[in-house]
Amino acid sequence: MPDNSRKNRINSTLKEIRKNKACYAMLAPFMIFFLLFTVVPVVMSLPMGFTDFNMAQPPEFVGFSNYAALFLTDRIFLKAIGVTLIFAFFTGPLSYMLCFFLAWLINELPGVLKTVFTLIFYIPSMAGLYTVWQLIFSGDTYGWLNSFLLELGIISSPVQWLTDSRYVLGVTIIVQLWISLGAGFLALRAGFQNIDRSMYEAGAVEGIRNRWQELIYITIPAMKPQMLFAAVMQIVSSFTAGTVAQNLVGFPSTDYKAHTIMTHAYDYGWVRFEMGYASAICMILFLAMFAVNRIINRVLGK
Amino acid sequence: MTKKTDSPKLRASNRQAGKKYGGTVCIFIFLALLGAFMAFPIYIAVVMSIKPVEELFIFPPKLYAVQPTLENFRDMFLLLRNGQVPFSRYAANSVLVTVSITGCQCIFSSMAAFVLAKCRFPGQKLINSLIVTALLYQSSVIYIMQYIVLAKLHLIDTPAALIFPSIASPMGLFLMRQSISQMPDEIIEAAKADGAGLFRICWQIVIPNQKPALMTLIIFAFQSAWSLQSGSFVFSEELKTLPTVVQQAAASGLARAGAAMAAAVFMLIPPAVVFIIAQKNVIRTMAHSGIKQ
Repeated sequence: MPDNSRKNRINSTLKEIRKNKACYAMLAPFMIFFLLFTVVPVVMSLPMGFTDFNMAQPPEFVGFSNYAALFLTDRIFLKAIGVTLIFAFFTGPLSYMLCFFLAWLINELPGVLKTVFTLIFYIPSMAGLYTVWQLIFSGDTYGWLNSFLLELGIISSPVQWLTDSRYVLGVTIIVQLWISLGAGFLALRAGFQNIDRSMYEAGAVEGIRNRWQELIYITIPAMKPQMLFAAVMQIVSSFTAGTVAQNLVGFPSTDYKAHTIMTHAYDYGWVRFEMGYASAICMILFLAMFAVNRIINRVLGK
Repeated sequence: MTKKTDSPKLRASNRQAGKKYGGTVCIFIFLALLGAFMAFPIYIAVVMSIKPVEELFIFPPKLYAVQPTLENFRDMFLLLRNGQVPFSRYAANSVLVTVSITGCQCIFSSMAAFVLAKCRFPGQKLINSLIVTALLYQSSVIYIMQYIVLAKLHLIDTPAALIFPSIASPMGLFLMRQSISQMPDEIIEAAKADGAGLFRICWQIVIPNQKPALMTLIIFAFQSAWSLQSGSFVFSEELKTLPTVVQQAAASGLARAGAAMAAAVFMLIPPAVVFIIAQKNVIRTMAHSGIKQ
């Protein structure tokens, strides 16, 4: 009797729900805001990639034509994929290792120094400060880097760091790395702080001799949750990078050398008001991040 | 309790302490060098904010201000005075928005994170994966959809339009959940056996033990709320936040470079202060985290 068994299942689920009333009550405040301002907007935005939407007229269904155009005719998009991957490679794994390594080193220092160094490494991600970087890399002799190199005699005429297509991507990556010690780094710092000290004492008795052994046998296994968090944050920040390039090397950048997928979406969404097309771009980016996230979840385990 | 005994444990850690000292000095030197590079642009920003206009563009640029002045900060405040709304109003708006978002985020995500990490109930897995997916989903249309939701709720151009969308941060919840999941289940089971309800377990046992994560959440929440721009959810001048007007006032124009720098430095002070207080708390927790196994 299939009908009966389904009824039973629904009944037992209902019982479970009733039994866990307290759980739902504690979830409710968060979930109400989460549903209203995240889930609903996300669900509403999902079909937009299949439409032609200019924000003035109601969206019009166009099937897969946005996606087809992206891969078949939009040469700048294909270029943006390349730039995003280069970007993600340098600011993703590299910055992740930097976050972990620095958080660990800081943890080995005594008291006040911990706060001081955490602040020094974290403050760039708070500040942004593109104006300062613009001054440092400015193309005339007044640029800090240029005047410094001229004085040393390394270069004989000022270099156009922000507009020369050879340097644009490199400069952007440096600045992105500079601000990339953000959420992941801080979460890892908190994770290190949360490890029970007695585990190290027990480890010392059992023959763990140096910092490296402590790191590999005690610290890393105890840090898995924070490492997963940091990895997800790093995926998001490296794949969605775009603001740095837009503020630093201009928009669009010379030869589209620092044109990421996110910049491309911004271009279509907020400059040309082709929201349907922009949504399609974002959807592809999301699928890429989702895939990478699955891989990382598998590596870091649960 | 604290009487020193010559246990093998103590001897082992003493032996290590001596060996470790040299290493710590090396770590310090390495971090100091790297830190100098990281802090350099910040340092320049601070120096430029106290340089008088004539010093801003001399060649070669100097690494310090010859005649430090607070002129730029005065200019910035002058630029902010556009006649309609006093500066204190913008500041009050920002404080209201920041405190509400930070408070609600911490309280709501702590409770939700505890439940999602430590209880089993129908829908738990679904919500857990929704949170991470939401973190990964970035789209420029979301903003428009949020506008539609706010408009449907008649919240456009109210303080709530700035506060509500930022309260349920998937990132904050994810951070807390990861951290709470490390707590041993036995502690919670024991509390349950003593007859404590979930709400009490959460606030009296779990969260007090999660200070590092909670402090980190406060830093994230404060920082993002403080830099929140009014955008198009709010258009009345008297509801706008500080970053919105500071940006407007300092935007563009080399003549305003000093004022722009002053604005950047000025806006950085509150989150930096919160950061230092919170980090001090994070570090202090280590000394007495006895409850863990």
